[in-house]
Amino acid sequence: MYNSKATISSINFKQVARALTIVENDLTESAELLKNLTFNKPTPIIGITGPPGAGKSTLVNELINNLLKEGNKIAVLAIDPTSPFNFGSLLGDRIRMASHFNHPDVFIRSLATRGSLGGLSVKTIEMADVLRAAGFDYVLIETVGVGQSEVEITGLADFTLVVLVPEAGDEIQHIKSGLMEIADAFIVNKADRADADIFFNNLKKITSQNKEEQTQIFKTVASQAIGIDEVTAFIKSSASQKNQRRELLLTQKAYQLIQHKLTRHIDKKKLQHAIAEALNTEGFNLYSFVDGYL
Amino acid sequence: MSNTFNRPIRVLVAKVGLDGHDRGARIIATSLRDAGMEVIYTGLRQTPEMVVNTALQEDVDAIGISILSGAHMTVFPKIIKLIKEKQMDDVLLTGGGIIPDDDRLALKQQGVGELFPPGTSTQDIVKYITEWVHSHRNF
Repeated sequence: MYNSKATISSINFKQVARALTIVENDLTESAELLKNLTFNKPTPIIGITGPPGAGKSTLVNELINNLLKEGNKIAVLAIDPTSPFNFGSLLGDRIRMASHFNHPDVFIRSLATRGSLGGLSVKTIEMADVLRAAGFDYVLIETVGVGQSEVEITGLADFTLVVLVPEAGDEIQHIKSGLMEIADAFIVNKADRADADIFFNNLKKITSQNKEEQTQIFKTVASQAIGIDEVTAFIKSSASQKNQRRELLLTQKAYQLIQHKLTRHIDKKKLQHAIAEALNTEGFNLYSFVDGYL
Repeated sequence: MSNTFNRPIRVLVAKVGLDGHDRGARIIATSLRDAGMEVIYTGLRQTPEMVVNTALQEDVDAIGISILSGAHMTVFPKIIKLIKEKQMDDVLLTGGGIIPDDDRLALKQQGVGELFPPGTSTQDIVKYITEWVHSHRNF
């Protein structure tokens, strides 16, 4: 039913969409499909992260606008959280990108975290690679906006934009947050708000400490398409540079893939049953219990 | 068909045209999510083309259209036509709203699935979509 080689070489949205489904759900054909992926150009993967409501989706929408002007083909993976209680998800990032729904060069896919933490879904690496192999010129990944720990994106993206809003806590919040260390550039969105300049300057001070090079900071008002050109220029220049972190990135990806493969046979529901049973025996010890799985 | 279905059902929930009453669509979207589905919500003012393009890219199992404007005899046939053009016949097109019985039957003959009137229990809708998807899509 599915011919992985033939389908991935040209951008057929329907086939790309199905390939993503196969990979996301680890269906039978998945391993074969991934092993047959070929990459004809160095498509950069750009991570966009930041707290909820910072304007990530709106910014992505504007970046698409700008990148389209040069005839690029763009794929977006927009990630939203899965409920830990009923395992369902409401995926709404797309709403902000409605003007591109019918554009033949824009492919948008929403995905749910399905229980993984860190702002990505378990299969994001694989899905991003399917899109790269499909021949898109840019792959944009918008992470879940969960706060201070969605740093996994650095293990996946060639470079990461951190979107912040002027009133997002005082500067101390930013120093402690893991987000601050992962940014290749910061975007202060909603920069037309009062105190945006104070925020901008504070951010500049914090990020220039202990660093030879100042991390770039951009001011934008994404909802009015202000400041987007500068960000686009940054994306293009970063994309054309040879990624110094390539080995590190691939190591991280390999590590994650191995980790997922090794724990694949462990089903959380079954684990819970096993725990329930083990609890009935005398002298239950979690560490001895875990040994049984290694 | 054997049921090998072992992944969350994906559903697109949208409103088409200038119909601004989205309370129903939101309630359905949340109910489907609570039932463990992955719901892509695109909200108001979609065109049939937008709906079908989104459904294709998101590879959804079902499309749910909420319509209270009376334009159902225009909107549903347009979507069905696009679905057929793109050979997405294995995707369920269902929906709800103020839709007279005669129209409902006419649309059914064109290939539209069940259309639910106001007052339908959300459980019934969850059950219908789940059963349809499990029996029509086997990956």
